[in-house]
Amino acid sequence: MRVLMLGWEFPPHITGGLGTACHGLSTALSHLVHEITFVLPRLHGDSSGGRVTLIGAADIRDSVESSEHWLSSNTETFSIQSSLRPYLTAWEYDEQIRWIAQERARHHLEPSIFGFSGDYGKSLFEEVLRYGDIAGRVVLKKSFNIIHAHDWMTFLAGVKAKQLSGLPLIVHVHALEFDRSGNQIDQRIFDIEKYGMNFADRIIAVSQRTKDLIVQKYGIPAHKIHVVYNGTFNDQASIAAAPKRRRPLPGKTVVFLGRITMQKGPEYFLEAAYMVAKKINDVRFVMAGSGDLLPKMITRMAELKLLDRFHFTGFVSEKQRALLLSETDLFVMPSVSEPFGITPIEAIQYGVPVIVTKQSGVSEILRHAIKVDFWDVRKIADSMINILTSPELAKQLVEGSKLDLSTISWFRAADQVHRVYQEVL
Amino acid sequence: MASLCLYFQVHQPIRLRPDFDYFAIGNHQDYEDHDRNKEILTRVAQNCYLKTNQILLDLINTHKGAFRVAFSLSGIVMDQLAQWAPEVLVTFAKLRDTGAVEFLSETYYHSLASLASEKEWKRQVRLHRETMMKYFGVEPRVVRNTELIYKNDLALVAESMGFRGIIAEGVESVLGWRSPHFVYQPEGASLIKLLLKDYHLSDDIAFRFSDRQWKEWPLDASKYAMWLKTAGEVGDTINLFLDYETFGEHHKESTGIFEFLRHLPGEVFKQTSLTFMTPSEVIKNYQSVAPLNFAHNTSWADREKDISAWLGNHLQNASFAAVYAMEKDVLASKNQDLIHAWGKLQTSDYFYYMCTKPYTDGEVHSYFNPHASPYDAFIVFANVLNEFKLKLKNVAKTRKITRKPLAASSGPSESDQVPAAASEAGISNLETLNT
Repeated sequence: MRVLMLGWEFPPHITGGLGTACHGLSTALSHLVHEITFVLPRLHGDSSGGRVTLIGAADIRDSVESSEHWLSSNTETFSIQSSLRPYLTAWEYDEQIRWIAQERARHHLEPSIFGFSGDYGKSLFEEVLRYGDIAGRVVLKKSFNIIHAHDWMTFLAGVKAKQLSGLPLIVHVHALEFDRSGNQIDQRIFDIEKYGMNFADRIIAVSQRTKDLIVQKYGIPAHKIHVVYNGTFNDQASIAAAPKRRRPLPGKTVVFLGRITMQKGPEYFLEAAYMVAKKINDVRFVMAGSGDLLPKMITRMAELKLLDRFHFTGFVSEKQRALLLSETDLFVMPSVSEPFGITPIEAIQYGVPVIVTKQSGVSEILRHAIKVDFWDVRKIADSMINILTSPELAKQLVEGSKLDLSTISWFRAADQVHRVYQEVL
Repeated sequence: MASLCLYFQVHQPIRLRPDFDYFAIGNHQDYEDHDRNKEILTRVAQNCYLKTNQILLDLINTHKGAFRVAFSLSGIVMDQLAQWAPEVLVTFAKLRDTGAVEFLSETYYHSLASLASEKEWKRQVRLHRETMMKYFGVEPRVVRNTELIYKNDLALVAESMGFRGIIAEGVESVLGWRSPHFVYQPEGASLIKLLLKDYHLSDDIAFRFSDRQWKEWPLDASKYAMWLKTAGEVGDTINLFLDYETFGEHHKESTGIFEFLRHLPGEVFKQTSLTFMTPSEVIKNYQSVAPLNFAHNTSWADREKDISAWLGNHLQNASFAAVYAMEKDVLASKNQDLIHAWGKLQTSDYFYYMCTKPYTDGEVHSYFNPHASPYDAFIVFANVLNEFKLKLKNVAKTRKITRKPLAASSGPSESDQVPAAASEAGISNLETLNT
């Protein structure tokens, strides 16, 4: 079986859950299938070498960077020059394009060294269309058996590939516009999501919660949707080897790690932190990540005068992420709507107890986490205090959570995905 | 006959490392951006300080002392000059030797201390006074507070410290129908006099000089002297108070700013009957015409001319509160390095970087801002404060263990001594700068 995987990101440059999931799933899947060809968008000049080839399609002059064998011997990667990133909003996209133009002007670069003058799309949607057209054509380069696309920005590419080849299409839903934007959805994104799901032969949802949303909000028949939970490699060895540091600051550390956006509920974490800080002295809070709500969160933290108890890191690198988790005493994921939520799993692997919201997919598999409603700040604060002041409870939660994790793995997820493939072949 | 009083503010903040993030806390790293500070200071020394000092020296000599100016140098700019461009201090000493130059007093750290703690404000002014004595052998008699932040109470504090003059912005909301061209008496004071900046005429040079959209552009010394003549027809003194970096830095040499300065005294003598005086001379020669009531803090910043440029949002207020909440513990540590480091964290510029005001004033703010945004500025400052707090805690711990008072080797007024950085920089052997 040869899989055309329309995915995201590339180690070591993984910026979010979507990249982690694509990487984990593909790695495990590469043991079950004959070959995986991974296609992903990449800003030109955005890192590692690799051979540069041009796609042969006569009407497209674009660069495709190919670097083989990054997962295992039977995988190869095409990166397509594109400014798409997971979770990019239309506004962020505009900012990014401005930035690229500035950088180019600063370095006196020609618009594109490939003579590809179209550059990036003028808007996020133009770029998604452009990417869909180019990435979809990769299907013609080789013979494949199945097409697997991850989240809405790649759905058009998936549909294009299906139209060109007649192969079955699986769309994998890691997050929906309803998760990201609440009820203020961008209709254009919703339309692309629905279009992709309608065209797909099967849909993989990362949780029952996501499956339910797809049925309710998009009117897709439930029998077309399979729930496959994300996994973990449970790699205790690499965690044990991860860099550690002496805790720089006194007191226990409570961590939020995620994009600072409406979806992730950062304000509930901050308000709960304020309540906890009033009750317990030797505790501090770290909000790690970046996003459009960051200025608002910073301002609110200042207003609450938590300057010496509450810290912002901005965007964290992989290394910083490991450092942070290694000094965490309690991990909180206050997401308003979380299709899955892979960060609590990482935290558990570091031996950290977690609080997650009932509005998360991961809460379906974590029996030993404290589960709260995102809006119940008082309950979040109360749970924080309980865990911080009771080492027995913290220990119990960690031991239980580790048991929970033993039931999930990327190999198991890959096995389930493989069965979905077989259903449609 | 009216006077023309010029005073130039010389100050450079100590910029913090923009990459001092959460993960840097506790690693005992230096949070000051030495490379950048050195780079900017040496650039400004070349573009502005050395050139302008030479022009002023020539003008004083040419006009045989009839041309007179005043300076206020922040303690931290003197520290940085001593470290990276000591030749600038030598040229200031040459200006002092002419007898036509007065030096003013201010807070050592160019701080907002007057808004938080009278005790701390006095400590810093004393520190600055000792530093002026040490470097230049002069004892300032007139004081100006950071960014001309001023209200009645401050005049009374300054008076109690022996100052006979204090400087403020000629704020219209306070002046009403009155003119800034007179000497006033601060409300409630008896000995100290108040000099007010004419911000229209000052800003014509400081802000508008190189603005090609300005209807008066290009401005030359002859035209400007004509304006001074008109302004001087009523009143006793025209006070022009400017950032010294106006010359050659804010307005580059190519704008003609140096030519303007070179010709200004000659044009003033030719077209007007104004006499150049330093602030002390103005105070000596003119009576105060009336008491003036500054009930609230005013300043020379932005259109509001209040303290909203530094304490106008939550980011600024929280940082400010956190800095001054440490006052007691820091001073109690009796650790000179720590007290000096804390003083530096009070520098007004850090709060200015956190300003979120929109529109034109925001542009002025971002011109000076080494950080990408006010939020970045705040986060770096918060991280630095947490680093400083760790230091403070460690010092307190060590003190408890050793019990041997550090004070044993120091005099009683140790907190007033010139900070270690200044003497480490080798300035102690320059002592009073002789030329």
